[in-house]
Amino acid sequence: MDFYRAHVLICGGTGCTSSKSDQIEEKMKQKIEEAGLDKEVMVVRTGCFGLCEAGPIVVVYPEGAFYSHVGLEDVDEIVQEHLLKGRIVKHLLYKGAKEEDIIKSVNEVNFYKKQTRIALKNCGVINPEDINEYIAVDGYMALGKVLTEMTPTEIIDVIKESGLRGRGGGGFPTGLKWNFCAQAQGDQKYVICNADEGDPGAFMDRSILEGDPHCVIEAMAIAGYAIGADQGFIYVRAEYPIAVQRLEIAINQAREKGLLGKNIFSSDFNFDIEIRLGAGAFVCGEETALIASIEGERGMSRNKPPYPANKGLWGKPTLINNVETYANITKIINKGPKWFRSIGTEKSPGTKVFALGGKINNTGLVEIPMGTTLREVIFDIGGGIPNGKKFKAVQTGGPSGGCITADYLDTPIDYDSLTALGSMMGSGGMIVMDEDNCMVDIARFFLDFTVEESCGKCTPCRIGTKRMLEILEKITSGKGELKDIEKLEKLAANIKTSALCGLGQTAPNPVLSTLHYFRDEYEAHVIDKKCPAGNCKALLAYNIQEDICKGCTLCAKNCPVGAISGEAKKPHSIDQDKCIKCGACMEKCPFNAIKLG
Amino acid sequence: MKSLEELKKIREEAKKKVQLRHDSDGTRIVVGMATCGISAGARPVLMTLLEEVNKRNLSNVMVNQTGCIGVCRLEPIVEVYRPGEEKVTYVHMDSEKAKRVITEHIVNGNVVTEYTVGAYEK
Repeated sequence: MDFYRAHVLICGGTGCTSSKSDQIEEKMKQKIEEAGLDKEVMVVRTGCFGLCEAGPIVVVYPEGAFYSHVGLEDVDEIVQEHLLKGRIVKHLLYKGAKEEDIIKSVNEVNFYKKQTRIALKNCGVINPEDINEYIAVDGYMALGKVLTEMTPTEIIDVIKESGLRGRGGGGFPTGLKWNFCAQAQGDQKYVICNADEGDPGAFMDRSILEGDPHCVIEAMAIAGYAIGADQGFIYVRAEYPIAVQRLEIAINQAREKGLLGKNIFSSDFNFDIEIRLGAGAFVCGEETALIASIEGERGMSRNKPPYPANKGLWGKPTLINNVETYANITKIINKGPKWFRSIGTEKSPGTKVFALGGKINNTGLVEIPMGTTLREVIFDIGGGIPNGKKFKAVQTGGPSGGCITADYLDTPIDYDSLTALGSMMGSGGMIVMDEDNCMVDIARFFLDFTVEESCGKCTPCRIGTKRMLEILEKITSGKGELKDIEKLEKLAANIKTSALCGLGQTAPNPVLSTLHYFRDEYEAHVIDKKCPAGNCKALLAYNIQEDICKGCTLCAKNCPVGAISGEAKKPHSIDQDKCIKCGACMEKCPFNAIKLG
Repeated sequence: MKSLEELKKIREEAKKKVQLRHDSDGTRIVVGMATCGISAGARPVLMTLLEEVNKRNLSNVMVNQTGCIGVCRLEPIVEVYRPGEEKVTYVHMDSEKAKRVITEHIVNGNVVTEYTVGAYEK
């Protein structure tokens, strides 16, 4: 085997790939060859590093130099300076969100310091397309251990003791789920991986599949042995082409090495996995709808019970867990339940991956021990709010979750405390909002999503959410009345109790939580016909301040609809009926005489 | 896959490949690879060190390069950092000397005094 003195890791996650990291890889290899270094320096394409905001990311080991925003034009310099002469290219190094953070090594980046990586442990470290690199970091040791040393009951006990809860959002105890499934009667059982990640703003499952596909495959095989199944399915969205491709490669490599297939580790255990592509419908993340979709039916949920553990895929007992849940399994088997319990909180042990997005400096993926506070995530790891704006709220849990305000920033994050605040863990999307975000509009955005994605099977979800959306649109367009707020509350309460599945039952959450914490904003829209955040266009008016206006006529010339009039060198005025609120006048005014209000 | 032993064998072989990416408390061998070092012949020294480390299956040993160490007249220079020991600087290195450093110093823990900067400066 070749032995290299330096490794160049290039992020191959979806984010960095879309900013040309694939071309950077190609050029890097070419330049390394030109410099005669191809026998000394290895180029590796990895999964997501997490700090998507700074992509494309290139890390050079053994120094661990963390280069960010790397462009094609920088490749030659990295090869010539760093790889050939051993001089770190300082101006390409990641500079944290804070000015004083001029960072050298990947371990010194503030973003990573407060994180604990379990599910994402190998993401950005190994080449996901090479099974040997996974084996190098103890891959498939857990499968080997359970097949040669443990009984199915012992495995389930270990998972139970670890206290692991479903990372898909509901937080159901994983060991208990496995136990139900193991005890269910059936000649055939199935293991499913739910990789239908549909929450707006969440992408941790995609990143795990892209960066470490084998950890999911290995965990599914362990689950198969524990419950007595020999067939697994990974249900993944077709919109995740890189994840699908790497899964296919990984499954094939595992088959070649005999880690999937018949008589694994010379035991009598057989297990294989097939991929099923989803068409990208939010409802298909709900387990009964997902199962219907695999069966070739339209993805619609059904009443529970019976639960999939007893009657799942083709009526057979089926274990269904989410990607991130599986990503914890191998580590729990290898290191033991006590180790897992030593991280996180008593009722929510371990870590949780969050996708940080919105008005935050370090957008990307972070994995933190449960019990870390929202403040630490948003300000220490996330680097705070850009452009000196003020933090207003954070939305967790996607369309099923709610908004949390600044008063609760010191809340430790776990399943129960987020639920107590009227939000939830969800899959782990975390969207940060600043003073420029209108909370009524945020609620409208999520309702718009739910209406679009409702499968339409039950009336409360199909019609109820549509009515809520109409009311929200009425309010944001300035036509709302006070009784609309009452209607919203009534509808929300009804849908919550009467919808068929989790999607409908939680759809009113964004409305309810914004109504709870930001009722004054709703009232401002309805009573004063104003949007305090200056976001809802219909409620804004551009006005020229007479004392500042010099009558330069620039605004009138730039108004596309001729709404501005006035004599030269005298204050101008805007005809509000004609104005289309495009903002062109404010942009052009050299005296800042135009104000929004 | 037939047995855990088979898997462990693959793991040991594969580990060497990714070890570089993890924090290690092992030995670091650093070769000065600035213009002066390269023109004095540092590259064959580096390659020999890499080959020897690989051939002997030395785990926890990293071969690394650095810029100009500052004493260009003594290049090629190789520095060895071992945990708990003082840094040793070897000067005027070549491939043969590099092999001896690996066997005597890295494997057996005896500094090759005659190649060190101290011996040279006397």
